[in-house]
Amino acid sequence: MKINLLTSTLSRKNLMALTGLFLCFFLLIHLLGNLQLLLPAAKASEMFNWYSDLLSTNIFIMMISYVLYFCLIAHAVDALVITLKNKKTAAKYVYDDRKQVSKWYSRNMGILGSLLLIFLVIHFKDFWYVYKFGALPYDRNGHKDLYAIVVNAFKSWWYVLIYVLAMIALGYHLLHGFKSAVRTLGLYHPRYAGYVQVFGIFYSYALSIGFAIIPIYVHLTQFGL
Amino acid sequence: MKLDAKIPAGPLADKWSSYKEHAKLVNPANRKKLPVIIIGTGLSGASAAASLAEQGYPVTSFCFQDSARRAHSVAAQGGVNAAKNYQNDGDSVYRMFYDTLKGGDFRSREANVYRLAECSLNLIDQAVAQGVPFAREYGGYLSNRSFGGVQVSRTFYARGQTGQQLLLGAYQALMKQVDLKKVTLHTRHEMLDLVVVDGKAKGVIVRNLDSGEIERYAAPAVVIATGGFGKIYYLSTLAMGCNASAIWRAHKRGALMACPSWTQIHPTCLPQAGDYQSKLTLMSESLRNDGRIWVPKLKDEKREANAIPEEERDYYLERRYPSFGNLAPRDIASRAAKERIDAGFGVGKQRNAVYLDFSKVIKEQGIDKVKEKYGNLFSMYKKITADDAYAAPMKISPAAHFSMGGLWVDYELMTTIPGLFAVGEANFADHGANRLGANSLLQASVDGYFILPYTLANYLAGELKAEKITTKHPQFDLAEKEVKEQLAKLIKIKGTKTADDFHKELGKLLYDKCGLSRSAAGLKEAIAGIQVLRAAFYKELIVSGEPGEINAELEKAGRVADYLEISELMCHDALSREESCGAHFREEYQTPDGEALRNDEKFCYVSAWEWAGKDIEPVLHPEPLVFEFVKLSVRSYS
Amino acid sequence: MKIHLKIWRQKDASTKGKLVDYDLDQVDQNMSFLEMIDTLNKQLILKGDTPVEFDHDCREGICGSCGMMINGQAHGPVPGLTVCQLHMREFAANETIYVEPFRALAFPVKRDLKVDRSSFDRIIQSGGYITANTGQPQEANAQLITHEIAEAAFDSAACIGCGACVATCKNSSAALFTSAKISHLVKLPQGKQEAAKRVLKMVAQMDAEGFGHCSNTEACEAKCPQGISVLNIARMNWEHLKAAIFKD
Repeated sequence: MKINLLTSTLSRKNLMALTGLFLCFFLLIHLLGNLQLLLPAAKASEMFNWYSDLLSTNIFIMMISYVLYFCLIAHAVDALVITLKNKKTAAKYVYDDRKQVSKWYSRNMGILGSLLLIFLVIHFKDFWYVYKFGALPYDRNGHKDLYAIVVNAFKSWWYVLIYVLAMIALGYHLLHGFKSAVRTLGLYHPRYAGYVQVFGIFYSYALSIGFAIIPIYVHLTQFGL
Repeated sequence: MKLDAKIPAGPLADKWSSYKEHAKLVNPANRKKLPVIIIGTGLSGASAAASLAEQGYPVTSFCFQDSARRAHSVAAQGGVNAAKNYQNDGDSVYRMFYDTLKGGDFRSREANVYRLAECSLNLIDQAVAQGVPFAREYGGYLSNRSFGGVQVSRTFYARGQTGQQLLLGAYQALMKQVDLKKVTLHTRHEMLDLVVVDGKAKGVIVRNLDSGEIERYAAPAVVIATGGFGKIYYLSTLAMGCNASAIWRAHKRGALMACPSWTQIHPTCLPQAGDYQSKLTLMSESLRNDGRIWVPKLKDEKREANAIPEEERDYYLERRYPSFGNLAPRDIASRAAKERIDAGFGVGKQRNAVYLDFSKVIKEQGIDKVKEKYGNLFSMYKKITADDAYAAPMKISPAAHFSMGGLWVDYELMTTIPGLFAVGEANFADHGANRLGANSLLQASVDGYFILPYTLANYLAGELKAEKITTKHPQFDLAEKEVKEQLAKLIKIKGTKTADDFHKELGKLLYDKCGLSRSAAGLKEAIAGIQVLRAAFYKELIVSGEPGEINAELEKAGRVADYLEISELMCHDALSREESCGAHFREEYQTPDGEALRNDEKFCYVSAWEWAGKDIEPVLHPEPLVFEFVKLSVRSYS
Repeated sequence: MKIHLKIWRQKDASTKGKLVDYDLDQVDQNMSFLEMIDTLNKQLILKGDTPVEFDHDCREGICGSCGMMINGQAHGPVPGLTVCQLHMREFAANETIYVEPFRALAFPVKRDLKVDRSSFDRIIQSGGYITANTGQPQEANAQLITHEIAEAAFDSAACIGCGACVATCKNSSAALFTSAKISHLVKLPQGKQEAAKRVLKMVAQMDAEGFGHCSNTEACEAKCPQGISVLNIARMNWEHLKAAIFKD
């Protein structure tokens, strides 16, 4: 039999897992950086702008960023390929109650992922694109004043709401995604698999709550209720 | 007809090696010219197919299930015996041979039984190498338990699923050969006739159960490995599809049937709950290691089990068989249960069960220990009955379980039709009048892995120069025509009773008259009853659908038609044997205290029966059993 | 009690099927689900209708023949059971019960509730064995296997091949079935020789049969009558990755 590793269902899932875990790692770093926004306004502005400047000028970080873009695209494209294949193999029942035995978010990673993709477009357009290609004012240290852009963006409550909803989607996506990725890569030891599962839950809550707090905090502290 | 068992001369321990040393061989280059047909993919059929294919014979295998992995060997729970003496408790090939011979009430051949014990050693090696996850000690050595009334621990087991694991080992070996194209496997095919040309087996007629087509296959050797026919009792521990059709149709083509009435009735099954019931589930015999069997001392006791005080309970096995107690062999335990139930002491709604009580062991060892040992059995019990066996005793009753009888075979496992072999439960060979626990998996495996590959070669060596018979031979036309006519006939009746209706009626009749205990009067009634039932079958049967399609009803009807004939032979067999031995208990022949009374003077033989024709009494050909090496003793367990 | 059934009837693979309504009186609480269908079938036969075809054999939960979707769940609502072990006491009087075959691209319907699961056999034959020709093996106790390893191998080996894992999976993945055999054999020392080849071939065959990806929803474990753990899938993934990377 011809064995083609690139098109095997397991290899496709491995790609999902590897890109997904890299994104998980990135998200953690991203969150740690963003937590600077919770500092008092003056301090936050200075630190955050310095940090953004560092990220955009450091050659090492730039290289990593290409990996990140690749992972994002590969994760999404691979997901599409897998979903299309699954649509073909999946069975349809007239009366279907299979949902009883699995979590809704584990069955709907595609939908959660699509929501996150839409969110990412908004997120990139409003911050990444503006920072890279837009005309930005400079702060007193000579760094691009991304802080001002961020604060301004969170002025409207509906924009904050979009962020919070997206982070809920992210939370569920991670809740299944992290565990699933580790499984896909083959962590089979019953004891360690248990630890990883607990870590995954903790991580997912921490990330989604952490990210969601920032726009709420900024909105409340800068613009009140 | 003079039956020749072809037992090799020489000392008991050397017979099998001497046979192997002198048997004819087939040159590897010639093996591919000698195809073999194997009917059945259970433990014996799959192991035979894999072993023969490994040697280079082109094998064609058939099974009626949708996968070879589903044969009923899969359901054997307890274990498999082997005289490894890993426990250093005095076991040996001889000891195992003697236990098996004695367990079978000295109604089997010394040489066969010795070979069974001898080959048991290799079987464990083979199974372990295939990846059968037998139970192990913490240090890594194989673990054993004592099973079925023997005094050594020689049973190897894989939890309560030993049969499944052994079968999967054989199935995987078979599937490897399928992948290598050395075995052609036809699932969902049922053998409906044997084709005999000039007195030799040359092929089979099978029905493709998915398309309904009738197909022909020719080969110089046919192996029947279709298992037992205890399903004839309808309510049994067997699978719904287990049947006697292959062996019965071979019988009608000239193969003798040996001791067909010897059926093991297993003592620890779940009792019947209603008329709709289709089978009786076996609860592992291992439960008897710790459970105590009792019935109330009071007839028609109305109280719940736990409300009956200790002194009003009759632990009848402990009472009657003090040295073995609850571990008395299966036939004895079953008969004792039936005796109590018939005497009016039965428990449960239908008064058809006895209690199997774990309160003592729970008190002594704690509930956790019991859970660890029997947890899965207790939960299975709860699934089926909705009762909690930790809180109140289980209710169990005997049910038909294993056919010691089957096609008569000689030492080479060949039937009286040259070229037709029978292996596993389908033959009558090693178990005598009663099979010991954990010996059935052993016999099936040993037949397939270690015996047939030698004896079949010995036969095939002589077939190399024989004329090659193809499926174009007129005998195939004839057999196919008969098969098609029978199928059409069954469908044409268009009566008002289903095959299951007849099967249930037959089963009840047989269980009552030719089951745990038999009497001349009862057996004669049964023969008359079966004849009436058979006549009714061909007038009142209803089968839906057509022969040329998937048709489960037609499959059933064909099997029941055969059951209605073999059952009569069973009764003749039981009637002619005027003694009690093993599972065969004739009420007229018992000691004053109700134990079996064997008659070695007159009945120390295997009853081999010849088909004489429709509605003609079968002809008995006794094969005398000669005991050169052991002295016949009374099988006493009291 | 009385029940209403909606059973999938389909003449053959190429004919379109549909749910057909049946009413059944006098259903006993202690009947097994299959005995209930037996009862229905008898009525159908006597009326001159075609009985419902379904796979079944041992009726004690070990052969893996039976399997159907009952009220939208593989083997019905009770976990840890095959259909033959499911009893009517689990259903309410007058309940409407939907019965459909196990479905998947790789499990074409043969008739009514009977499906073709030969894809499972082909997965096994592609590599689900340890090569040990008859007569070759060494003495059984020559290689020690600890109790824990033997038990773990058994846990994986207990699979009965019923197909509930596939039927209940949203992608019709056979990952649990395939991985159970891979882990069973690779956990044992005698299975390690062929481990890399086995996993590559079995996974390739699984894909070729048209089973979907594993999304780790764990529905398969929840519906497995033998409670085969999803960690077997992780083990398969690991073995596959290892074999794919270090394949010569």
